[in-house]
Amino acid sequence: MSDVNRGRRQFIGWGAAALGGLTLAPGVMLFAPAQARAPEEAASSRVRWGLLIDTTQCDGCTACIEACRRENHVAAPSRKTDPQWIRKVELKDLRSGKTHSAPVMCQHCEHPPCVDVCPTGASFKRADGIVLVDRHICIGCRYCMMACPYKARSFVHEALTDQNPDVPRGKGCVESCTLCVHRVDRGRNPACVEACAAAGRNAIVFGDLNDPNSEIAKRVATYASTQIRADLGLNPGVRYQGI
Amino acid sequence: MSAIALREIEGRSAGYYGLLAGLGLIMLLGLGSAYTMEEHGHVVTGMDNQIVWGMPHVFAVFLIVAASGALNVASIASVFGKTEYKPLSPLSGLLALALLAGGLMVLVLDLGRPDRLVVAMTHYNFKSIFAWNVFLYNGFFVIVGAYLWAMMDYTGTRYVRAAGMAAFLWRLILTTGTGSIFGFLAARQAYDSALLAPMFIVFSLAYGTAIFLLTLIAACRGAGRELGDALLKRLRGLLAVFVAASLYFVAVFHVTNLYITQHDGFERFLLLEGGVHTFLFWTVQVGIGGAAPLVLLLHPALNARRGALVLASALVVIGGLAQMYVTIIGGQAYPLVLFPGMQETSGFYDGQVHGYAPSLPETMLGLSGIAVALLIVAVSVKMLRFLPERLADTAGEH
Repeated sequence: MSDVNRGRRQFIGWGAAALGGLTLAPGVMLFAPAQARAPEEAASSRVRWGLLIDTTQCDGCTACIEACRRENHVAAPSRKTDPQWIRKVELKDLRSGKTHSAPVMCQHCEHPPCVDVCPTGASFKRADGIVLVDRHICIGCRYCMMACPYKARSFVHEALTDQNPDVPRGKGCVESCTLCVHRVDRGRNPACVEACAAAGRNAIVFGDLNDPNSEIAKRVATYASTQIRADLGLNPGVRYQGI
Repeated sequence: MSAIALREIEGRSAGYYGLLAGLGLIMLLGLGSAYTMEEHGHVVTGMDNQIVWGMPHVFAVFLIVAASGALNVASIASVFGKTEYKPLSPLSGLLALALLAGGLMVLVLDLGRPDRLVVAMTHYNFKSIFAWNVFLYNGFFVIVGAYLWAMMDYTGTRYVRAAGMAAFLWRLILTTGTGSIFGFLAARQAYDSALLAPMFIVFSLAYGTAIFLLTLIAACRGAGRELGDALLKRLRGLLAVFVAASLYFVAVFHVTNLYITQHDGFERFLLLEGGVHTFLFWTVQVGIGGAAPLVLLLHPALNARRGALVLASALVVIGGLAQMYVTIIGGQAYPLVLFPGMQETSGFYDGQVHGYAPSLPETMLGLSGIAVALLIVAVSVKMLRFLPERLADTAGEH
């Protein structure tokens, strides 16, 4: 191959790389960091992540559940011992007969009972309100499951395979919805939120409840929303609209 | 009053070795079960994500509650000054430690990660009643151990009263902690009551005294030592009071719940419609474990018979295990109410009563806790001076 040809090929290669970079950069560099934290930056209590679930937009669709399973590599349940991080609870008002369909997952409480009762501190709440289980110090006592009013936690009853490296799980430990913390920390929405939007329903809004300009904060401020078991005073980060 | 000598049992009979072998076998089967649960996960048990605490907790909590009650006899002697109980105090302390050890073994081996016991001992969340209990259990071993030393070593005699008082107060706090494990669960209708702590203390008095009586009578019979009726008559009276008090607390607990409308559903489940739980509550806990022992202990035609006392004690233990089953399993079987006033259904069994079928491994593990407790007692009474030489009615008198 002649030198001229080699130079031309290199030029085309660099040009393609530059063009690709210009195309991808806004997505990677400009939009994503708007929400994402740098890895060395700690979660901040200025942020309170939450979900608003509009049950008037939610029907028998299970896109959120399937997306959660795919994202976190939680197998579809076939037995009572199988973990479920998110479920659809079908509700029927005993007086009026009105029905609702509500996705229920960890409610990421401000005062989480699971954190209070955990003997080792494995159940913990991040500064930004996300409630998690530290799989390194969970001893599998299951007291958090007894204490959770929402039945949000599952115990891993047998060995697991095919794990998502972002979502470590393990036999003998307790687990629950992480609000897709691995995605949130990268500036992305939780998988259930994304799937609900992709299914055309937009029933689940994710955002910072502390930011008055966020959609979730505006909607919580504008419309009546409910908390499951509000009587317990736990101030969950997940709110429901329409129930 | 002359001193009543304590002496090791001979422990060379075929019966004694047979007892050790039998208990050892149950212990080994329990350890094998724990290994199976560890190897395969809790999928080999009847527990699931609805019934998260199963048979091991029934046995473990029963043993831990009974442990503090087994210390009664020693407390009566050291704290309340009833010297006639003094010869039995070391056995009372030993039984308390043994029952606690058996219960804790079951509790630890039922953890999802029993290999992380060291984590439980080094990481504490002090808002957790479980974390407090780790201190309360370990403290109980230390304090009752010191109490036993004070009672059994002549250099420790002057500390007996102080150690006895410390052990008495500690056991009250310990059982408060055990009851509060459930009492603090505000979300569940079956629990969420401050009454659970004092109720567990009263249960412990009954269960501990019953197990003490069974152990004492069996040990004296096995070792061929005299046991007079006078002391047993006093213990019989105490047991009757404790059983009656237990029934009283149970009645107040449920009447209070019935008065609180939001707990009606759970009470209807437990008292009327709960199937096995209703049966265990009325027939076993209240009938066999409460009313029947009271008749056996108090009826003039029966209360002079030692057989009636042994039977009553055994029924109290059976009733106690039923009580734990009803409290722990029944409390979880009734569904959590997420949306009051709504009918709930889901693929995660919301709104429905949860069934539970205990598997062999978890039941074996639970039973092995009892075997380990009895094994510790059986070996200890041979190694050290726990059992009085004779407790005939005339013994100890001038």
